[in-house]
Amino acid sequence: MVTSGLQIYEAYARFGNRGDRPLPNPFDGTTFPRWSRLGGWLAGALNWHFALMWPLVAVGLAYAGYLAASGEWRALLFRPRDVRGAVAMAQYYLRLRRDHPPQGKHNPLQKLAYTSIVLFGGLAVLTGVAIYKPLQFSWLTTLLGGYQAARYWHFWMVWIFVGFTIVHVILVFTVDPASLRAMLTGWYRGRFPSHD
Amino acid sequence: MTDRRDFLKLVAGAGAASLAAACNWDGGDVLRPKLLALSRVNDWVGENILFSPTRLARTYDAAERSRTFPTYFISPAMPFLKDPGAWRLRVDGLVQQRLLLSLGDLMRMPRVSYTVKHHCVEGWTALATWHGVPVSTIVARCQPLATARYIRFTSFDSDYFNGWDLASALHPQTILAYGMNDHALSPGHGAPLRLYSPTKLGYKLTKYLVSMTFTDKRPGGYWEDQGYPWFGGI
Repeated sequence: MVTSGLQIYEAYARFGNRGDRPLPNPFDGTTFPRWSRLGGWLAGALNWHFALMWPLVAVGLAYAGYLAASGEWRALLFRPRDVRGAVAMAQYYLRLRRDHPPQGKHNPLQKLAYTSIVLFGGLAVLTGVAIYKPLQFSWLTTLLGGYQAARYWHFWMVWIFVGFTIVHVILVFTVDPASLRAMLTGWYRGRFPSHD
Repeated sequence: MTDRRDFLKLVAGAGAASLAAACNWDGGDVLRPKLLALSRVNDWVGENILFSPTRLARTYDAAERSRTFPTYFISPAMPFLKDPGAWRLRVDGLVQQRLLLSLGDLMRMPRVSYTVKHHCVEGWTALATWHGVPVSTIVARCQPLATARYIRFTSFDSDYFNGWDLASALHPQTILAYGMNDHALSPGHGAPLRLYSPTKLGYKLTKYLVSMTFTDKRPGGYWEDQGYPWFGGI
């Protein structure tokens, strides 16, 4: 979705109605490197993007459905009472604190990450719908501030997901590389018994 | 050991993904037909589930018009009529009453004006006012046969044309426009007559019209035949 999106972006690399001042954007007019774009040209990229939107939504719904049905959401949802623990965990990661704070299956920062990425996933789909069918879903497009604003937020989702993935993988390798296999296979055999 | 093996797997996976992207891949001979077939599924969803024949696009105040509005054509030079007075719109195909309409004929029909947002497939938008006659008025006069399901809009801009579903053509905001922003349509915007509708992307809005032909088989389109979504509804 990201790579075909970057190819789509190339066709009009700014945000705002023609003749209006464009929205602030560090990537204004940017053509992203060839290796990062999928589809070859606008139509090819659109066809990839609109084909992949179905599995994206299906997997998202299956994931949310599983969390709801299994009760696993309780271990993942970030709640107000997790704020204090999240601060302690951040201090540990930033080496301002020596000992690893006590935690359950997931620490509060992980809960924050897993909760927010689900919200961002939902937003990525909603902003996408708002610019895919801005007339049929005009209420949604209007809610997001209009077509160009929705397009703007849809674009920013890319950097949120890319940033999340990079930070996520860096943390895996610095803290517990064994959990990478657990993410892909569902089985964990590492040094944190609480993760089993 | 585990760390290194995991890392290598990750590198291999990322390598394969970026290789696919590096080829600027439109799917190749194997996947491209499947992507186009899926695009037709999306067309079906857009046409039969999402499109509303009565939902109207938001209209704006004339003061909100965009200062610029891009023009384009596919011919090497701007398409011009040598003899504008001789121009006629031909309405034919699966109809009971074939029509040959001059610009004057069209201007004497009920006139619609609205200021709406134009959505280009590239991602840009612009506001303009359009003046014209609803396609539904033409449909009422030519009386399509029960077998007619599509309209082919043909231009004199090289071989540019578009195929439309009847429901979108009958939407109250789908018009044959002879005016823009209180003036006659300029050559850049498709003079003397173009299709306009805020329900579809710009590439569906045939400029430099010469004919509309009712058919029972789905006509393609200049960009649609090259891979752009056929329905193009928004």
